Amino acid sequence: MQLTVWTYEGPPHVGAMRIATAMKGVHYVLHAPQGDTYADLLFTMIERRKERPPVTYTTFQARDLSGDTAEIFKKACSEAVERFRPDAVLVGASCTAELIQDDPGGLAKTLDLGVPVVPLELPSYQKKENWGASETFYRIVRGFAGGREQQTDIPANRCNILGPTALGFRCRDDIVEIRKLLEAMGIEVNVVAPLDARPADIARLPQAAFNVVLYPEIADTAARWLERTYKQPVVNTVPIGVNATKTFIREVAELAGIDPEPFLKSESERLSWYSRSIDSNYLTGKRVFIFGDASHAIAAARIAEHELGFKVCGLGTYSREFARDIRAAAEEFGVDALITDDHLEVEDAIQASQPELVLGTQMERHVAKRMRIPCAVISAPVHVQDFPARYSPQMGFEGANVIFDSWVHPLMMGLEEHLLTMFRDDFEFNDEEVASHLAALGGNGKKSTGNQNDSEMHPGAQGYSGGSSGNGSAVAELREPESDGEPIWTADAEKELKKIPFFVRGKARRNTETFASQNSLVEITVETLYDAKAHFGR
Amino acid sequence: MNRMVNTSQLSGCASESAEKSERPLIRERGQHEVFCGLTSIIWLHRKMQDAFFLIVGSRTCAHLMQSAAGVMIFSEPRFATAIIDERDLAGMADVHEELDRVVEQLMKRRPDIRMLVLVGSCPSEVIKLDLSRAAERLNRVHAPQRRVISYSGSGIETTFTQGEDNFLAALVQEMRPEEACDKASLIVVGSMADVVEDQMRRIFSGFGIDRVSFLPSRNSEELAEVGPNTAFVLAQPYLGATAQALERRGARWIPALFPLGEEGTTNWLKAIADYFEVDPDRFDSIVEPGRNRARQAVAKYREVLEGKRIFLFPDSQMEPSLARFLQNEAGAEIIEVGSPFLHRHHVSKELAQLPDSVVMSEGQDVDRQIDRCRAANPDLIVCGMGLGNPFEAEGFSTKWSIELVFSPIHGYEQAGDLAELFARPINRRGRLEVDV
Repeated sequence: MQLTVWTYEGPPHVGAMRIATAMKGVHYVLHAPQGDTYADLLFTMIERRKERPPVTYTTFQARDLSGDTAEIFKKACSEAVERFRPDAVLVGASCTAELIQDDPGGLAKTLDLGVPVVPLELPSYQKKENWGASETFYRIVRGFAGGREQQTDIPANRCNILGPTALGFRCRDDIVEIRKLLEAMGIEVNVVAPLDARPADIARLPQAAFNVVLYPEIADTAARWLERTYKQPVVNTVPIGVNATKTFIREVAELAGIDPEPFLKSESERLSWYSRSIDSNYLTGKRVFIFGDASHAIAAARIAEHELGFKVCGLGTYSREFARDIRAAAEEFGVDALITDDHLEVEDAIQASQPELVLGTQMERHVAKRMRIPCAVISAPVHVQDFPARYSPQMGFEGANVIFDSWVHPLMMGLEEHLLTMFRDDFEFNDEEVASHLAALGGNGKKSTGNQNDSEMHPGAQGYSGGSSGNGSAVAELREPESDGEPIWTADAEKELKKIPFFVRGKARRNTETFASQNSLVEITVETLYDAKAHFGR
Repeated sequence: MNRMVNTSQLSGCASESAEKSERPLIRERGQHEVFCGLTSIIWLHRKMQDAFFLIVGSRTCAHLMQSAAGVMIFSEPRFATAIIDERDLAGMADVHEELDRVVEQLMKRRPDIRMLVLVGSCPSEVIKLDLSRAAERLNRVHAPQRRVISYSGSGIETTFTQGEDNFLAALVQEMRPEEACDKASLIVVGSMADVVEDQMRRIFSGFGIDRVSFLPSRNSEELAEVGPNTAFVLAQPYLGATAQALERRGARWIPALFPLGEEGTTNWLKAIADYFEVDPDRFDSIVEPGRNRARQAVAKYREVLEGKRIFLFPDSQMEPSLARFLQNEAGAEIIEVGSPFLHRHHVSKELAQLPDSVVMSEGQDVDRQIDRCRAANPDLIVCGMGLGNPFEAEGFSTKWSIELVFSPIHGYEQAGDLAELFARPINRRGRLEVDV
């Protein structure tokens, strides 16, 4: 049993959903209790997909456990096939269904569904999301690309691109960038999978000369199997960063039997020059802490050291499956590898290594924000911000440009923050003050906030019998001469105002004061506050 | 001019309370596109500030919590998951010993916790891990400095807000019995925003009802006392188990509409005032300003919502009350009201307000419900986050229902905000000159 406050990866069936959702013509029937449908919102909200993920959940309940949950699965499975008419069905269990051991794979086989069934066994109590995605993709590849004849007439320049999924970090744009790059080199892209592939496309995988694995966490297992089965070599270099992209191009060219140099000469990027330009001097030796999935973390470390002139002061991953790769890379940079899925341990490591920049997941972004360290996100788990409206790949030469901007801009902002801190005590930086450039508009500059002393002088003036606006104006008449028409907040109203979130409190205060003035009230009670709220609406 | 609601008439019709039998009711047992009861921890842990919720479950539970809350962690939240692993399942580790170890670890890290709540999940229920026994055992170590209680928020037993119901029912067991000679007291049951509670409290004190407490309380040490002199009123419609638990302790239920909108709030307050024999003139003078403000605030949005055809998917069990508000106060036409569960007794007054033409559905078969919804072609769909964007992409306007659980919507001062939540998507659709 493990105490977990937050987790980098979901359960393995969420990994399977990422494959099913990425593909076309696939439907996943998941034996699962009510509540597991939460995973749909990852795709519809975070990724803003326009369709629901192609997943049917059986939704068994406690009272079904003594009855026939297998029957519920069979019904859901048949109905899903009838309704969605997929080319293939994936069947499996979530963590709870795993415990009741209904064997969805076996059950589906008895149903005569008329479409191929891929049974998934994803041990929820041992494995996690990326493993689940990888295993699912491997099962699909074996299922649809297995048992084919080894073809001999395959052109040397034909490849598959493997690994992009739904909810993947920048997969959407990486795949556009790399496909463009490969095609510009004269490479023919046979199949991209799993993203946008149909089962029939998976069956065509053996017709390529080699495979490009962009996301080893997802496609490494499948690519190794293809290598063993169809002698398809694998390009393993992940083209993130200028140097890695060049290495990637050379590896691809070698397998395709073409000369990479003319192509390399024809391509351009800005990271290199921007990094060399004197303006970037201040980046020199900046200590950077890196944490993410293994491939993004390793790529980031190499860019940081060799392309931006930073110093890697920490490197780690939550992907235990790739711990060895991270250890090797950490040795390269003279740091100890951090292999953990406990974000608190990562937080401690960040604190201990005193970085000036943190490159991590959304979790490290939050940690860094708390510590007021500049940061950028380089890896899943994804967040709605990781699906920007603009084209924003990480891979290839354009990816390198994007990386330069997204890692260096926070540092500029870091400088700004530093200046703000430096001037924090300057009188113009007080939030009670009108900004100096607005002084002309703000009259005497000092913003009138409900005068504490005044309100303490007549406490308890409100209350349900005495606090109505009618009585308020009676008080107003008495007090009129001593104020300059500015309404006075009672202590209770002031207290009530503080319950309004700070970001709209100013508006609420202004509206209430305007309302009070319009109604010739000198005193603002809790009632006035709500009268004004009702008056102005939102 | 808004429809005036005669409160005495309302309470009169409520006592008939019989749900008319002609109303079509669809009961479905297909795919439920709703959260499980664990999700209510997201607001419960904010509400009760010295409690810590420890889910005993799987990685799925942990992932659900962080995804549904839609958040990363700014400061450590007061909930966590003790993830069961294969060693626990294979019997290589004693699950109870493991739980004790995790609790020990947690208590060390969070000495500020006064109440530890063990929350059962689907896997813990299926392996029959007895958390009440675990709580008893842990109490022997930690009580009275820290109390340990337990309830189930599992998806096989609870839907979304039912998690709060089970938690509150567990809290009722913790309440001390009231002193024998006490004068009548009131417990308002069901989480509402603090600011709303404060508004209600002021109204009650205007009525002269001073012995008022709220369940859940803002901290575990402020739990109300309960006994035959206690009356309780439900602020939320999903509290069947809690109401039963309170009745078992001798407390008496005050039936009313739920305090959503001017009408609901007035009926709710009137039921309380009548129970406590508040003078009708005093009642009127106290509620009048709030009623007027509520009507005024809702009127702003009535022009947007009037005549709009609205379809509500099941989510929080608040759907019948929301439908009543939308129909009676905003002038909307309700097509279907889905609810994960209909507590017929508690919502009978709400249902009596809806015409027979409104389709009621209980439970869910999401694909069929989507078919019905598309066929009805509503102006606004109230649904969960999994369905919202797909419906928008099809050209419908949607309101995500979870916001109705997280926003202050109860009482007079929030009636306008409640209307605005429904008006906003329609308003927005009117503004945008972009196609999808």
